[in-house]
Amino acid sequence: MKKLSVKHIEEKVMKILMVFCSLLVLAFVVSIVWTIVVKGIKSFSWEMITQVPGKDWNTADDGGFLNAILGSLLVVVPAMLLATAISIPIVFYMNLYLRRSHPLSYAVRLAFDVLYGIPSIVYGAFAFTVMVLVGMRASLMGGIAVTTLLMIPMLIRSGDEISKSVPDEMVDAAYSLGATKWETLWVITRQVLPGMITAVLLAVGKAIGDAAAVMFTAGFSDAVPDSLSDPTATLPLAIFNWIIMPEPFPDRCYSAALVLTLIVLILSLSGRWLGARFTKHNV
Amino acid sequence: MTTNDSMTVKDLSLSIEGQPILKNINLTFPKNQITCIIGPSGCGKSTLLKCLNRLTDNMDDVTTQGGVYVGEHNMLTAREAELIELRRRIGLIPQRPCPLPMSIYDNVAYGCRIHGLHPKKKDLNETVEKYLTAVGLWDEVKDRLNKSASRLSIGQQQRLCLARSLAVEPDFILADEATSALDPISSKTVEELFVKLKKDYTIIMVTHTLPQAQRIADHVAFIYLGEVIETGSAQKLFSKPSNELTQKYLTGTFS
Repeated sequence: MKKLSVKHIEEKVMKILMVFCSLLVLAFVVSIVWTIVVKGIKSFSWEMITQVPGKDWNTADDGGFLNAILGSLLVVVPAMLLATAISIPIVFYMNLYLRRSHPLSYAVRLAFDVLYGIPSIVYGAFAFTVMVLVGMRASLMGGIAVTTLLMIPMLIRSGDEISKSVPDEMVDAAYSLGATKWETLWVITRQVLPGMITAVLLAVGKAIGDAAAVMFTAGFSDAVPDSLSDPTATLPLAIFNWIIMPEPFPDRCYSAALVLTLIVLILSLSGRWLGARFTKHNV
Repeated sequence: MTTNDSMTVKDLSLSIEGQPILKNINLTFPKNQITCIIGPSGCGKSTLLKCLNRLTDNMDDVTTQGGVYVGEHNMLTAREAELIELRRRIGLIPQRPCPLPMSIYDNVAYGCRIHGLHPKKKDLNETVEKYLTAVGLWDEVKDRLNKSASRLSIGQQQRLCLARSLAVEPDFILADEATSALDPISSKTVEELFVKLKKDYTIIMVTHTLPQAQRIADHVAFIYLGEVIETGSAQKLFSKPSNELTQKYLTGTFS
């Protein structure tokens, strides 16, 4: 009987610990969102998200930061498409065409694990050095390139994990019907799609909020870029710049943070919805 | 479409990471009969079956010697295009059914689509109905063809896998302990299906339930530690096994 009660206490303690940790995380999220929403709404106005900075922007409410909103989207959306287009073939090559244990597959995996661990400021500095070398200026193109590089290791790493969840029997089933590797790949794609969408969105969430990567490469500008070679503002860099400046800039920071959070939220929700639509038949 | 090719295994040896798993296997699978491969767990039955349609490609560090012949073609040395065609002619019923991530209809239609069989919608519909009927699933699923295949019961999924294999018009059916994950009623249904199907197909099944082999086998191969110990007609092998090991296995001295 005594032994049983020790077990009972163990069980209780562990449960309390788990609940406590979960609540702690939840508290972090709620307090961050709360701060952003409360402070952001105070200075938020329709002009903020529909206009670029006016000529009195530095002292009064003249214009908004549409340049940073569009800039962030212009950097991240092409980067997302490029990174996905590059990563998915690599993931499939490592997992389906090569055996998982193949030396090349192993080497590639290791390389991307190393890249994954490199901080974004280093990507930014590296890209900046290359750009100086070839005589390129901070521009939308530079921002897209470095953000793509930043996303690729994230996508490959999660894609690799997701591929492991495909049952071997499914691959065998497709092969035994006489499917080629390419046809088998399409079957597998249906199975891994929801996971891949989540992975892409997580990577987008990280990339769109990253100031360090675009700091040297995309530059900053009060205008919406006209071409790939124009510099562009981005939301995280706007926040970074404004938080140390005098009023009215710090308040605008929170508005920008609010917009950034909303963008990530909308992206995640729509991605989940899409994923659920296309994969209702998943095993 | 059924051709007169038969399947034979000649001098097949296989090792995984240098460890010999199959040693010098020679077998002939008689046409339109059920051949049961029996033997204790870990003797190499399932690996042998994987060789027959070369799913060994999906395993790590496998080396094979010898051949698996379908007519003139050696499965093990076939080039990609030839391999695809050979695999189409060999259906596989796995141990655990694995529906493709598609609707019930598409699971059966998938094979036809990739091989360009029945390009007309109407023909394809008929084909799907024909094979779902053949496995006794049509009445159960005809109202929910567009629903997910993974929502079917395990027994239904296994019959769906069979229908999916039959739809690409194979000559051979491989079954790897195809009833071991099923409840007794479903497994009886599947067994009866195999008996019914043997008039059109050559069936090769791995089983470790002796009573099952005794019920449905026409021809039996007994494998022990990667070697064929005895092979022959079911009647002879079960009543008068010529090898001592076979005798011991059949009487349950080891398993």
